[in-house]
Amino acid sequence: MSFRTLFAVGALALAFGVQAQEPIRIGAFLSVTGPAAFLGDPEQKTLELYVEKINAAGGVLGRKLQLYAYDSAGDAEKARGFVKRLIEQDKVDVIVGGSTTGETMAAVPLAEAANVPFISLAGAVVIIEPVKKWVFKTPHTDRMACEKVFVDMRARGATKAALISGAGGFDRSMRAECLKVAAKNGVQIVADESYGAGDTDMTAQLTKIKNTPGVQAVLNAGFGQGPAIVTKNYRQLGIAAPLYQSHGVASKQYIKLSGDAAEGVRLPAAALLVADTLPASDKQKKVVVDYKREYETRFKQEVSTFGGHAYDGLMLAVEAIKRAGSTDRAKVRDALESTKGYIGTAGVVNMSPQDHMGLDLSAFRMLEVRKGDWTLVK
Amino acid sequence: MSAQLVQFLLAGLTLGAIYALVALGFAIIYNASHVINFAQGEFVMIGGMAATAFVDSGLPLPLAALAAVAAATLVGFLLEKLAVEPARNASVVTLIIITIGASILLRGLASLVWDKKIHSLPAFSGEAPIAIGGATLLPQTLWVLGATLVTVAALWWFFNRTLTGKAILAVSHNPLAARLMGISVRRVLLVSFGLSAALGALAGILIAPISFTSWDIGVMLGLKGFAAAILGGLGSGPGAIAGGLALGLIEALGAGYLSSAYKDVFAFVIILAALVFLPNGLAGKRAAERV
Repeated sequence: MSFRTLFAVGALALAFGVQAQEPIRIGAFLSVTGPAAFLGDPEQKTLELYVEKINAAGGVLGRKLQLYAYDSAGDAEKARGFVKRLIEQDKVDVIVGGSTTGETMAAVPLAEAANVPFISLAGAVVIIEPVKKWVFKTPHTDRMACEKVFVDMRARGATKAALISGAGGFDRSMRAECLKVAAKNGVQIVADESYGAGDTDMTAQLTKIKNTPGVQAVLNAGFGQGPAIVTKNYRQLGIAAPLYQSHGVASKQYIKLSGDAAEGVRLPAAALLVADTLPASDKQKKVVVDYKREYETRFKQEVSTFGGHAYDGLMLAVEAIKRAGSTDRAKVRDALESTKGYIGTAGVVNMSPQDHMGLDLSAFRMLEVRKGDWTLVK
Repeated sequence: MSAQLVQFLLAGLTLGAIYALVALGFAIIYNASHVINFAQGEFVMIGGMAATAFVDSGLPLPLAALAAVAAATLVGFLLEKLAVEPARNASVVTLIIITIGASILLRGLASLVWDKKIHSLPAFSGEAPIAIGGATLLPQTLWVLGATLVTVAALWWFFNRTLTGKAILAVSHNPLAARLMGISVRRVLLVSFGLSAALGALAGILIAPISFTSWDIGVMLGLKGFAAAILGGLGSGPGAIAGGLALGLIEALGAGYLSSAYKDVFAFVIILAALVFLPNGLAGKRAAERV
């Protein structure tokens, strides 16, 4: 290359650098396909939708957002590869993603080493406990779900509960958390049953629970078709104790699959699920109704809380960048950590150096299935 | 206490009947070709998924079920024509690997053609539980058991009283001699793939109201059916049924009286035990290896 062309290229680059602002690079790795597609698919759609909307409204700090999204297909090894690429090749300013806990934990060391703010969309407590300097998360934890359920059990006078859980990662993590916090919440676990992935009948386990003396309530930790089968078998056996499900099945699909058997079942869930029935005075009302409308008109499918997690992740990042006044990673991280009073789909977020999730039990609503729909338990 | 036992037995019979239907599918193809068709679980999935799709599109349940069985049978034919027949001179192990590939392909296609959600079929005759000796039973379980019985009887008639059925048996005993008698081995293979696909689909439709259906249920049901087939003795019809029922009962009783955490372990420990101590299964014929 001659000196003149080199000079011309340099001048051109300089001119463009001045004219067009560098975009803000948002990195994402999500399980858009594979077994956790029901998480990653709405997450990806949500990110695309809101990046587009924010850009149409003029972007952030006068700069456009640019989304770098990869499909990690529920595979921790793939997630690791993509996060490396996001950091080294795409040079993203912030990472929003990690649909599952496994993928998130694979990415944590990379984000920590490269000092990139990382907002995870996965559930387990291990992501933020112990606190990791660069890692945050938006969804509720399974421990909070357990506590919410136990508090409700106590309120209904039940102190002896049975646990039945599936074999999946979510199921097992929640079971472990529930066992850990049960005593603290004044609930004694008197039976602890499990079922396998793809099991078609849980009457044997439930019969055991039915014949365990003193069971006053039953909690099923699980997601997928398992909880729906448990619900049907539960009614088949005519067990009288109230049945609780986890936030893992907080979707209309659960009611549809379980049919009449779901009547009276309670579960903790995010406000998004009952957006339309929230009282107007509710702090989250506007946020969840707006998100629900945007998502449903654009994609013609029902919102899920998972997409909501991605919405919260993106908005938290955007707010932090605005407050930091730049995309300087350290400043953005500090701004994220000092998030106070952000109202998202998951609840009101108040972060601190000790708490990188910032949600409390009020973020969960106790819902009951009545006449084939969710209703808020007052 | 006895009510508890009755409940466990009922749960075991329901599970067992489903495993038996899947195991029968394995037995039929094994008989005709000595191939273990690992796409058998996928036929179960296709039956359930197609039936829910047809019901959702407005067909009445009986028609939807028939259409789903027909669709699965067609897939069985295509699998044989497009994947197994072109490789018919390959070794049995190669053919088995082809069926594994086909099962992955079918799963992927199902998740594209339909979706990755879990679907349910309405129960054939209501969901009011029936009380038996202190235990309860869903009407759908009776459908599963009844349909299994009818199917077994129909299969017995087919294999012992019809020319095509006898031809399949002849091929399973000695393909060369069968061909010399003018039996088309290719047609027999085609029929047996279609037949096991239909059986699998039937199982998938019967259980959809109880245990739902989704694009990936075939994996576990296929494995359990395979375990049942091994336990009963590969290639034996009565063995497949006995193996399926035994497996279902062991699982339910094991989960009930021992620990539910090891429910799936029982099934696979049984495969291992059967392979080591009873390589021909409960009812398998002693195969003389010719050297």
